[in-house]
Amino acid sequence: MSIEVRNLTKTYGSFKAVDRVSFKVETGELLALLGPSGSGKSTLLRMVAGLETPDSGEVLLTGQESTTLSARQRNVGFVFQHYALFKHMNVRENVAFGLKVRKVPQAEAEARTEELLGLVQMAGYGGRYPSQLSGGQRQRVAVARALAPRPRVLLLDEPFGALDAKVKSELRDWIRRLHEEAHITTVFVTHDQEEAMEVAKKIIILDKGRVEQEGDPRAVFDRPATQFVADFVGETNSIEAIAEEDGLAVWGPLRFSIGTVAKGRRVRIYFRPHDVYVTSKKESLQVPATITGEFFKGAFTELDLDLGGGRRVYAHLPRGLSEASGFAPGAAVYAGITGFHVFQLD
Amino acid sequence: MAGAPPTSFRGVPVAGVHAGRRERAWVRFLLVAFTLGFLGVFLILPLVLVFSQAFESGVLAYWTAVSDPETLHAIRLTLLAAGLSVAFNTVFGVSAAWALTKFDFPGKQILNTLIDLPLTVSPVISGLIFVLVFGLQGWFGAWLQAHNVQILFAWPGIVLATAFVTFPFVARELVPLMNELGRDEEEAAMVLGASGWQTFWKVTLPNVRWGLAYGVILCNARAMGEFGAVSVVSGHIRGQTNTLPLHVEILYDEYQSSAAFAAASLLTLLALVTLVLKHWSHLKQSRLLAEASRSLELE
Repeated sequence: MSIEVRNLTKTYGSFKAVDRVSFKVETGELLALLGPSGSGKSTLLRMVAGLETPDSGEVLLTGQESTTLSARQRNVGFVFQHYALFKHMNVRENVAFGLKVRKVPQAEAEARTEELLGLVQMAGYGGRYPSQLSGGQRQRVAVARALAPRPRVLLLDEPFGALDAKVKSELRDWIRRLHEEAHITTVFVTHDQEEAMEVAKKIIILDKGRVEQEGDPRAVFDRPATQFVADFVGETNSIEAIAEEDGLAVWGPLRFSIGTVAKGRRVRIYFRPHDVYVTSKKESLQVPATITGEFFKGAFTELDLDLGGGRRVYAHLPRGLSEASGFAPGAAVYAGITGFHVFQLD
Repeated sequence: MAGAPPTSFRGVPVAGVHAGRRERAWVRFLLVAFTLGFLGVFLILPLVLVFSQAFESGVLAYWTAVSDPETLHAIRLTLLAAGLSVAFNTVFGVSAAWALTKFDFPGKQILNTLIDLPLTVSPVISGLIFVLVFGLQGWFGAWLQAHNVQILFAWPGIVLATAFVTFPFVARELVPLMNELGRDEEEAAMVLGASGWQTFWKVTLPNVRWGLAYGVILCNARAMGEFGAVSVVSGHIRGQTNTLPLHVEILYDEYQSSAAFAAASLLTLLALVTLVLKHWSHLKQSRLLAEASRSLELE
């Protein structure tokens, strides 16, 4: 039940929606395709399902060459962003549709439908029509419908995109549990990095139709492979500097050890706001800074800092710590960077 | 308390808003009177006249006129022409709408524009086209005569002309509707293993059924009432190639006015039935669409 994609390419006119993408999802894995809108993630998923035809490249399902198979021959489950439930059929008929068109015997189809409705916690709703359900209920019915014909893989296209925050987080938990129980190879597309990190064991980040990075959520967050990933995943400060000596970049009072980068090269340095360490007394490797703004963010506090000469960075620190230290606009403090990523620009 | 307006709503400002928003009484009266008067003179009065003229010489005369063999033949021919054109145009309209909304292909815009051609061409010219194609001096005329096939001045010509004139109706009704509904449900059906045929019957058709009914009704009304194009190809042979509208004209030209109006009353009756059916199917489809958009809002 694995999915493999090799050098998949799709262009619309002169626009390269998907550009030589390859990846593999092992049996039972839960993978997220993460990227901004227009990154080609949905097109990629639709090519796996057989809803779009690639210009070149291959799709392998369970190790078998499937590029030329039509959508109905691939036996995949697909969940659409806007559910695409059949409006004129009730919930039971929707779920049974895939069984009916495959000529599954009536009794078996009925039993399977009830089983699925139970699995998605919609057992009492068989007679309702889609218009009588809430968004979250509809999406659960859509998942049940996709799973009913026992597909080889489950593909979800922005499955929670149209739901409000509360329902969204419930459904995320639910889909993760469902995956643990059913253990079906699952790929879902999202533009929401939190969603990808929370649900998936493995993330592929796409931009402009290309794979930027592949890895587990921690790796993607802690070790961004490209500037795009560093910028796109999580919040970050981003500065540009020139190596003043071999392996040393200077930005205002800050000095960054940048490995083997040669003198005179330009670099871009990313550091996350929680890697900016702010204290009221100077500690080692810290530089003077002035607080120019203080913002309440719930569990943490965001501080805008001026390092002198208009060089601004922002920091996140635990709310209690910030309040206890009396950090407020105008206060003179000390700041240090505890972790950063460097990309050479030229 | 529920429903009782808060006191702050009473007073001068509210009255002022009302006066400002509404037209003066005499303007309203004039507009309504004009509209109703216009409707009365141009729609209601003719309708009443058709029936009063039809029954002018009594119910018996009406019955004689309606059950006259030539009238009966005209009715049969009209039903045949309308039945065949509606059947043909339903199949054509559904396939055209399907092709235009579900696929992208070269020439799509041209097809989309061409479908409207019969609506923009004068019916007389539509009729002449068939004379040019199938007439003795036309492209296929000699060949048809050699094989003893009669198209002009016979029922096949009437059916062809009627079908040509009415072919936009079903497609025109379905294209915007199917565009609005999108491809999602069809794609869902396909991924679930449905064939194209199953997808069409179980998903597409149920979603557009009322819109389709609306198009078919309009198509049928136009097919039964078509005069110009049919007049050119029919040859006006009584009891053979006269449809109901042609028959009405002949009777009227022969000063058999109550017979003419009796036949006309049948067409008028049909128009009224069409109007009711049309309204009803339109209502059904808008309800379906409203439901669909409501479900989108719920998301």
